[in-house]
Amino acid sequence: MSNFLNSSIGKKLIMSISGLFLIAFLLVHLTINLLTLAGPETFNAAAHFMGTNIVMKIMEPMLALGFLVHIVYSLILYAQNLAARPVRYKVINQAETSSWASRNMVFLGIVILAFLGIHLVNYFYKIKFTNDVTSEYHLVVGLFTTEYWYYIAIYVIGAIFLGLHLYHAFQSAFQTLGLNNSKWRARWNAIGLIYSLVIALGFSFIPLYFLISELV
Amino acid sequence: MNLTLKIWRQKDSKTKGNFETYQINDISPDCSFLEMLDQLNEKLISEQKDPVAFSRGDCGVSFDHDCREGICGMCGMFINGRAHGPDLGVTTCQLHMRKFKDGDTIVVEPWRAKPFPIIKDLVVDRTAFDKIIQAGGYVSVNTGGVPDANAIPVPKNRADEAMDAAACIGCGACVATCKNASAMLFVAAKVSQLALLPQGAVEAKERAIKMVRKMDELGFGNCTNTGACEVECPKEVSISHIARLNREFFLSVLSS
Repeated sequence: MSNFLNSSIGKKLIMSISGLFLIAFLLVHLTINLLTLAGPETFNAAAHFMGTNIVMKIMEPMLALGFLVHIVYSLILYAQNLAARPVRYKVINQAETSSWASRNMVFLGIVILAFLGIHLVNYFYKIKFTNDVTSEYHLVVGLFTTEYWYYIAIYVIGAIFLGLHLYHAFQSAFQTLGLNNSKWRARWNAIGLIYSLVIALGFSFIPLYFLISELV
Repeated sequence: MNLTLKIWRQKDSKTKGNFETYQINDISPDCSFLEMLDQLNEKLISEQKDPVAFSRGDCGVSFDHDCREGICGMCGMFINGRAHGPDLGVTTCQLHMRKFKDGDTIVVEPWRAKPFPIIKDLVVDRTAFDKIIQAGGYVSVNTGGVPDANAIPVPKNRADEAMDAAACIGCGACVATCKNASAMLFVAAKVSQLALLPQGAVEAKERAIKMVRKMDELGFGNCTNTGACEVECPKEVSISHIARLNREFFLSVLSS
C-alpha cells in the first residue's frame, strides 16, 4: 500500500479524491451562502444549524484535513515535476498546446490559499474564537459595504481564481480516477465548465448584490 | 528562404552547452526541416578548416534521424517552443520549411527531461523508454506466427483502440512537451495496446504496476492532465489511454 501511495498515480489519486471532496464542500458552502439573499432569519438559522449539528462537527476537521492533504501532495508533486526537467527550454510555446489554467494550478492554488487565509480571519476566526458575533448574517453583510470596497474586490477576485482552478480540476479529477474515455471527455469538460461557472459567479454575486443594494 | 537558426550545441553529456547562431540562405520551402539541417551541416563542414575537428564530427550539428518518413520516431527536436515544430501530427522529418516565413529566426533545442540526457547537440538518450518496455511492455508467451483472421475474435472497437495506441513510435514528444516531463502518454499507449487484446490480457495485472514503477524510478514527472502531450503526439495518441492506464493500475493494485 505504501508503494502504491508513493507511486505517481497513487499521489495523483490522493489529489483527485481530496480535490473532489473540496469540490463537494464548495457546493454546500455556496448553497448556504446564497441563503443570505433570503434575509437574516433564514441565514442565521442555517448558520446555526451548520455550526451545531453532529455531522458538521465531524466534517469540520475532515475538511481541514482535506485541504492539508491536497496542499501537501500538490507541493510534493510540484517539486518532483520541477526536478524532472533540470534544464528548462529557452523558447517554449505552451499556449498552443494546453490551457492557461492547467499549467498554473499551483499558482492558482497559492492565490486561493492566500484568499482562504483572509477569509478564515474574516469569518471563521470571529465566529469560533471571539464572542462578538451575535448575528452571522450581519457579520457577512457588514463586510460587503462601500466602506470595505477592497473586501468586495478580494472576494470577487478570489471567486474568479477559484473558478479557474476548478475548471481544470474537475475533469482532471475524473481523468485521474480513470473514469474517462473519448465519449466522457466532452461531458466531464462541459459539467466542469458549468460547475466552475456556478461557483465563480455564485460566490461573486453575493458581495456584489449587497454592494449594489447599498448603492441603489 | 533565408533563415537565422539558433541551435543548441553541446559537445557531450558532461560539457555545458550553449546556443550557436547560424545564417542559412536559399532554402526551398518544399524541403523538410531535416533536409534544411543537412544543408546547414554541408555548409558548416565545407567551411570547416580544422581537419581534426572534422574527423571528430565537431563541426556539423548532430541530430537523430532514421526513416525520414514519420514512422521511426528518431528525429525528436524542440523547434520554436514546440515538439517537432509548429505543425500538428507530424515528426520533424515531415515538417516542411513552408511552415516558416522568409527571414524567420528558428530556435532548435533538444528534448529536455532528466531521464533523457543529452548525448550531443540535439541528440538525446531515450534508453529510459526501452527500460519501461523491458519492465513489462511485452507478452511473455510465444504467440506464434500471424494467426488466422478471426481465430481469436476481437471486437472491432477494441481492435481500433488497440491500433490507435500501438501507433506510438516512442519519439518522446509527449515527455518533451509536458510541463512536468511526464511519460504517462507513452506508458499509457504501451499498456493500452496490450490490455485491449486477448494476448496481452493474461499479464495485464502486473504490467501496469511494473511499468509505472519503472517510469517513476527513472525520474519522469507526474502527469497533471494538461493534455499537451496528445496535441504534440505525431501519431495523435489520445489521453483517453491515460485514463485506461490509471484504471489498469488501480485494478492491478487491488488484485495484487
